[in-house]
Amino acid sequence: MRALVWHGANDIRCDTVPDPEIQHPRDAIVKVTTCAICGSDLHLHDNFMPGMEKGDIVGHEFMGEVVEVGSEAKSALKVGERVVVPFTIWCGECDQCKRGNYSVCERSNRNKAMADKLFGHATAGLFGYTHLTGGYAGGQAEYVRVPMADRTHIKIPSGLTDEQVLFLGDIFPTGWQAAAQCDIQPTDTVAIWGCGPVGQMTIRSAVLLGAKQVIAIDRVPERLAMAKAGGAITINFEEESVVERLNELTGGKGPEKCIDAVGMEAHATATIDSMMDRAKQALMLESDRAHVLREMIYVCRPAGTLSIPGVYGGLIDKMPFGMAMNKGLTWRMGQTHVNRWTDDLLNRIQEGQIDPSFVITHTVPLDQGPEMYKTFRDKRDGCIKVVLKP
Amino acid sequence: MAYYNRSSAGDNLARGLGWFSIGLGVAELMAGRTIARWMGMEDKTNLIRAYGVREITAGVGLLALGDPKPWIWSRIAGDAVDMATLAEGMRDNPRAGNAGIAFGAVLAATAVDIVCAQKLHQEEAHYRSLPVPDYSGRSGFPRPVSAMRGAASDAPIAEDMRTPKILQFQPAAGQAATS
Repeated sequence: MRALVWHGANDIRCDTVPDPEIQHPRDAIVKVTTCAICGSDLHLHDNFMPGMEKGDIVGHEFMGEVVEVGSEAKSALKVGERVVVPFTIWCGECDQCKRGNYSVCERSNRNKAMADKLFGHATAGLFGYTHLTGGYAGGQAEYVRVPMADRTHIKIPSGLTDEQVLFLGDIFPTGWQAAAQCDIQPTDTVAIWGCGPVGQMTIRSAVLLGAKQVIAIDRVPERLAMAKAGGAITINFEEESVVERLNELTGGKGPEKCIDAVGMEAHATATIDSMMDRAKQALMLESDRAHVLREMIYVCRPAGTLSIPGVYGGLIDKMPFGMAMNKGLTWRMGQTHVNRWTDDLLNRIQEGQIDPSFVITHTVPLDQGPEMYKTFRDKRDGCIKVVLKP
Repeated sequence: MAYYNRSSAGDNLARGLGWFSIGLGVAELMAGRTIARWMGMEDKTNLIRAYGVREITAGVGLLALGDPKPWIWSRIAGDAVDMATLAEGMRDNPRAGNAGIAFGAVLAATAVDIVCAQKLHQEEAHYRSLPVPDYSGRSGFPRPVSAMRGAASDAPIAEDMRTPKILQFQPAAGQAATS
């Protein structure tokens, strides 16, 4: 089969690789009909995440048709069923899964010993996202093996297009959880850094959950235009001061809820800290650029909440933690417990409350994926979300 | 928005110049005295080391700080300073020939820097000439945003995702809640 394969920094290729096979009775094989490049895939492409190996198949946002089911998954899945596959693999049996904390499933990460050393305790297995999360083959491919498939799936009813439901596997519940864990009140101002795909979903989620005002921060005009269409007041950080504008919009008090939909590759602005981050990252003195986190801590209203769906991989530097502590900020973060939200979100899509396909700007065949990684990374051609068709 | 394409010919050239800057900068910093002697400009040893720091800074900027254009222009400015220093150093200098060779090398590097800057600006001009896609109609909602605000306020959100009551913003006594 053909698949997008990681070969090193800035080197993802469309290769021919062996077809996946059932390895465990709980496995299923899914023929991928549609997949997408996620913003967090760019961290792999740019080689900022530790734990990738040459030959790894990437991609964790995909859906398709079940073509083979292991003996222990047959009660939950049937050949021919259409499924979206959540990016977090979960067993449904461990203590964390029973609490709904699927992204920290205690059994799905098959490289638990390695992850324990790095994180203290391992998190869940993820598709196509380093060997620290299990080293599972990803879904930017014609076929994919889904471990623990009796749990790790979202069944899709007929009548909905792939484009409408694909993002249930990652960015829609990720944006939703980012907003939900802020516990948005009708009086809240929610400020969201980053108007990429997760940022766009977070904006819609915050609006649907009833925020009084939603403010979106970015520098790319077409992304800001899409944010505005979704109900956000926009701030272009290259043209105006984020701090001054947020104070102006909140009567000088700051937003109650701040969401980081940027993560570890915050753009180097003209600020000293972000330039230092870029230099230190290049010199391997830190792994993550934390400009957005610092700015959120600074602007957030005391006793407010910071929500972090943006992906961080390792170490950050110069974190104003004294400021955070003295302001009594609440921090909420983590990978998304995808299946915790998907029943409700699928209902909302079916009812027409939201159509997540609004975010798709590019649809191309799988073999054009490597080039689209670069287009997406460089934000060329108005690129916000790339969908691939194997 | 400053435009740059990390796959373009201009950017590749800029990265090459970045590595060149770092290499030259390290050499100037570590072997400043030797270089100064070779050019017959021993009195400029510390200045050459300072230029080395400048080169390393420009190199890191070109390789790691996003838009390479400001850093290429900083290199061109640095080239001008280098040439002025060398021109002055060639006066009454028994090793003026060596200093002249260095001057020629800087001149050649300046030419490459200018070609790179031109290429980067041409690429940006081309990008800016392309039509900007219009996403202003992409709300994702079936109705106006005002009608959708709070439409999911009844969403099932478990207690562990909620802010504990003690930490929630409460309306001040006798007042309506405000932002």
